[in-house]
Amino acid sequence: MKETQTIQNNTKSTETTERISGSEAVIKCLLAEGVDILYGYPGGAIMPVYDELYKYQDKIHHVLTRHEQGATHSAQGYARISGKVGVCMATSGPGATNLITGIADAQIDSTPMVCITGQVGSHLLGSDAFQETDIVGISTPITKWNCQVTKASQIPEAFAKAFYIARSGRPGPVLIDITKDAQFEEFDFKYEKCKGIRSYKPIPDTDANSLKAAAELINNAKKPLVVWGQGVILGKAEEEFKAVIEKAGIPSAWTILGASAIPTSHPLNVGMVGMHGNYAPNVLTNDCDVLIAIGMRFDDRVTGNLETYAKQAKIIHFDIDPAEIDKNVKTDVAVLGDSKASLKSLLPLLNENSHSDWHQKFKDLYKIEYEKVIKDDLHPTKEGLTMAEVLKEINIQTKGNAAIVSDVGQHQMIACRYAEFNKTKSNITSGGLGTMGFALPAAIGAKMAAPDREVVMIAGDGGYQMTIQELGTIFQQKVPVKIVVLNNEFLGMVRQWQQLFFDKRYASTEMTNPDFVAIAKGYSIEAQKITERKDLKTAVKEMIDCEGPYFLEVRVEKEGNVFPMIPTGASVSDIRLE
Amino acid sequence: MNIESLNTSPSEIEGVSRFTIVVNITESQMKKIQGQIEKQVEVIKAFYHTEEEIIYQESCIFKMRSNLLFDERQIQNIIKESNARIVTVNRDFFVIEKSGKKEEIDLLHRELTVFGIMQFTRSGRIAVTKDEMKISTMLKALQH
Repeated sequence: MKETQTIQNNTKSTETTERISGSEAVIKCLLAEGVDILYGYPGGAIMPVYDELYKYQDKIHHVLTRHEQGATHSAQGYARISGKVGVCMATSGPGATNLITGIADAQIDSTPMVCITGQVGSHLLGSDAFQETDIVGISTPITKWNCQVTKASQIPEAFAKAFYIARSGRPGPVLIDITKDAQFEEFDFKYEKCKGIRSYKPIPDTDANSLKAAAELINNAKKPLVVWGQGVILGKAEEEFKAVIEKAGIPSAWTILGASAIPTSHPLNVGMVGMHGNYAPNVLTNDCDVLIAIGMRFDDRVTGNLETYAKQAKIIHFDIDPAEIDKNVKTDVAVLGDSKASLKSLLPLLNENSHSDWHQKFKDLYKIEYEKVIKDDLHPTKEGLTMAEVLKEINIQTKGNAAIVSDVGQHQMIACRYAEFNKTKSNITSGGLGTMGFALPAAIGAKMAAPDREVVMIAGDGGYQMTIQELGTIFQQKVPVKIVVLNNEFLGMVRQWQQLFFDKRYASTEMTNPDFVAIAKGYSIEAQKITERKDLKTAVKEMIDCEGPYFLEVRVEKEGNVFPMIPTGASVSDIRLE
Repeated sequence: MNIESLNTSPSEIEGVSRFTIVVNITESQMKKIQGQIEKQVEVIKAFYHTEEEIIYQESCIFKMRSNLLFDERQIQNIIKESNARIVTVNRDFFVIEKSGKKEEIDLLHRELTVFGIMQFTRSGRIAVTKDEMKISTMLKALQH
């Protein structure tokens, strides 16, 4: 099927061609797409491309990660903070399969990423050659698009399509697999950027009638609730979004990937929805009369039991991906299209409103959550340090300007709940896939993409050790990321479930950990461990003030739990506060 | 969900393939699958149709022992009544071909089973829609 695919290119083509190798063409394609940094790991089947990278090292910076999975997460971190396409590269076989977790993560979190893999020579394909694996077959269900290139002349078109597909519409990861002979082969190179593919419409048309219908529902609503997701950020629609909710006076809650699209302190920001989200937006999801979902996909961690999710409400769903409409929640009005354009068109159709009584309900429920959960999280009176007070200290000392890169588990939920964000694209975390080990390499990519921003990585002792080898990358590249490990000597989230649902049978969740400070110091990273509350402020200050990378381990309460919590299969309004 | 049959072949437009997939599911499930299929970059369009909206056929081939043609005379009647066709006959075996709806093929299979079938194979369903699909118009619209 792929062979018959043709591209309609409307761009001016470069008039002249030059005779170069396939591997040099790879570099020239990357440069043509504006790539100045890529993450990867060399090996036999990709060596010709690395040889060219050597020649072009003044134009394109290759970051040698310590594992190919690290390369993918670094590329993701780079993409998430910058909005640009992240690029990673690996050799065939194990190099390629090590990319898989990161590709799956990028697919479910709509992260634009181009992965390049080397492949055995085309004459060896299918022969179980050394380091041969069918990476195109393996990655098909988790890429937005992929292809195998066996001739150098196919390289420019493959790259043009790859970048176009990765960054357009709902973004996602793509993979190009290049056989070694195609890398060596010489051909007449010419690059044309892709402007369109006949079978692919990145942005569906927005129907003016559905916009009108949405506006009418919103204007007549007494208790409207907005739930926004990453679509607002990916669509660069933050300003349009803010204008819409401010004009219509709608309380607005976010999914974890939507966090930071508007500042945490915005008066209409009523917090996070979902399993460990805030009490008010979860409970009031089942009280609102119109639920306006914007660039989110009704993940099960957001909705809880679908049978009881917002059944009383009319549902409006804004999304760029038609396949998301009615996938999990049946909508009354679907507005397809790009979030920026749709929200811009929606704004003049809306009446000004304030919904003050409705807002009061959120404030009342917040008070309950504050008394039962937040107060003890942020201002604990017991001896053990809480994860939340560490976040609070980071908020204070970074003035809410840091990008927080979190791993997966209890600390992630705490980071999302308590981190304060002033700027968009500041909450970088593995939302859909829940990939432990994401944070450390993602923080590297984020910091390299945004060197002027403070990037604070927060991980648990479990996830940190899944990609701890990337300390080597930080050391070699001198990436000044701030590494915070909230150590409770447990796989905390699993332990919490074991406590609540498995009668405290802590099967394989307790961890005997190494001396993390010594490990960091082994990589010449300044490091410190604290175990007491009185040292927290100074330790965080020392970390933030440090010009280079810094490692801070905080020993937190061993058996702390994250609340509120919607137990699996329960309704959002049955959220537990204790 | 189980795929009952799957057929892929060139279509009336050069460079465009048509997949015919038969599933037995509810309409809401179907719409979700349609969305996921259309989301594939190389898929131009995914349609779904109920049986009433299409003209469809399947085809099958039976290989049977030649002596049955003489020993079991009703086989010839079965072939005639089912609108099947003998493709080839040799000393050892003969081959019957039949195109039709799934139920017709099932019936023929049941009737021939009692005599012993040496080999049996059937195709997936192929179908054309009663209404126009407008793929060419769609392709043109995407091209400018």
